[in-house]
Amino acid sequence: MTRSFLERVIERALFLSAALSIIVTAGIIAVLLTETVAFLSEIPIMEFLFGTVWTPLFADQHFGVLPLVTGTIVVSAIAMCVALPGGLLVAIYLAEYARPGVRRALKPILEILAGVPTVVYGYFALLFVTPLLQRFIPDLAGFNALGPGIVMGIMILPLVSSLSEDALGSVPNGLREGAFALGATRLQTSLLVVVPAAFSGISAAAILAVSRAIGETMIVAIAAGQQPRLTANPLVPIETMTAYIVQVSMGDTPAGTLEYRTIFAVGMLLFLATFALNLFSNWLRERFREEYV
Amino acid sequence: MRRYLADRAFAALGLVGLLAALAALAALLLDVILDGAPRLSWQFLTSYPSRFAASAGILPAILGTFYVIVLTGVMAVPVGVAAAVYLEEYGAQGRLGRVIEINIANLAGVPSIVYGLLGLGLFVRALALGRSVVAGAATLALLVLPVVILATREALRAVPKSLREGSYALGATQWQTTQHQVLPAALPGILTGVILALSRAIGETAPLIIVGAVAYVRFVPDSLWSPFTVLPIQIFNWVSRPQAGFAENAAAGIIVLLVMLVLMNGAAILIRDRFQRRRIA
Repeated sequence: MTRSFLERVIERALFLSAALSIIVTAGIIAVLLTETVAFLSEIPIMEFLFGTVWTPLFADQHFGVLPLVTGTIVVSAIAMCVALPGGLLVAIYLAEYARPGVRRALKPILEILAGVPTVVYGYFALLFVTPLLQRFIPDLAGFNALGPGIVMGIMILPLVSSLSEDALGSVPNGLREGAFALGATRLQTSLLVVVPAAFSGISAAAILAVSRAIGETMIVAIAAGQQPRLTANPLVPIETMTAYIVQVSMGDTPAGTLEYRTIFAVGMLLFLATFALNLFSNWLRERFREEYV
Repeated sequence: MRRYLADRAFAALGLVGLLAALAALAALLLDVILDGAPRLSWQFLTSYPSRFAASAGILPAILGTFYVIVLTGVMAVPVGVAAAVYLEEYGAQGRLGRVIEINIANLAGVPSIVYGLLGLGLFVRALALGRSVVAGAATLALLVLPVVILATREALRAVPKSLREGSYALGATQWQTTQHQVLPAALPGILTGVILALSRAIGETAPLIIVGAVAYVRFVPDSLWSPFTVLPIQIFNWVSRPQAGFAENAAAGIIVLLVMLVLMNGAAILIRDRFQRRRIA
């Protein structure tokens, strides 16, 4: 009797540990929501979402979040221009071309790139990549979207390549053999048969990469500047949503003020965007799994 | 035969892509080492931060990182392993189990800066822990929890089913089987996953900035409630200053940080290899 009682107690305890993850999610939503609601009670939501000037820390306060959003989009778009083609190319090479020995030798490079702390990438973007780019683009400011965007792309490339490689790897060999039997080369097989068959898995990887780029903080906080401005020009200083949150946190903004609440409102926006992208990515991956099982 | 040429060109392009990634990695490491190596010294490791770049050091940052990471592990590992055991061994059936699984997958994708906001609202303000070591560690513990859970589940999945069946056949209960058979067999895998999760936490900067680790700490944290800094935040602070001397300090700090990561990852690989050899034997 006592034994089965103990069993049940332990099962409860284990269940509670697993259920803690739901409490964490609820906690994130609760914290963001309370401060955001308090913020929106003072600033109309339309002004927040569609205003084009963001100056909460100046005497002349404006709370239009669009400059932070465009800053985030510009940097993320540059990162995607590096990470998506690069990651897919590497994935196709590793999955369809490389011999096992070459794979074993080269894959650790990607793992190391994925493990470098983002503050290190920030240093690299500010003090190596931007000065290097300035030799070719004299107009490039010391803080800009281009350098950190490229570095962010390098950082995200391993994520794209490893998820895409998994997707390519789960395409049944029968499809490849069929294409080879029809006389297709390896390239024709890869691009016309395997990649289309793995398309939803690859899209899932791409969407997850976008989500990662939007949420990335230190690279842009260090190298992109602190000037929220509504522009698509990658050569001038800008500010992203994440970098703004860091900027406020580095200062002494007292709790309960409107300035303090801005970081939660911006954080809410960030959370909703990444959450939606992650859900979409998961859904795509699930669908892909069903196709071939 | 142009299509065969295209085929070979593509293979070459793939290799070039990988070599470009290697080149980026090499440039990063070389840049940091060239900038920072001259600053590395015993004095740098054992001094407090200073207004003067040449006499500044990272002692509070190293110790702060150490305390925070140990505490993060103490908080995240038992809960993470327990959650993984529940999901993997006890089989979270039904709707609730599904919801928990999807939820953990989603939590793993939440940007780390959002965890910082959670830590600020929950630990620093609501629970009034202040800008302390324990608040920072609790925040990082929540951040690495999904990673610990996912790694532990993988390790549990690698334990052969026959081990469990043998245990049940001898009349053991589910918990006895888990405690005496499954967990010991999965331990090396769990350890590897835990070390990798913590090495991710070591490099985290953004959530701790939000929680309020301060960059200028002229003392070693002496309790769970004392203010603190960590190495990545010290590096961030130095990178943000315009003087070249501080950039060198940042580079030297990065070298120390990377050495820590290499040591931790090396330990993880060592454990994995030893385990694999024992299995074959």
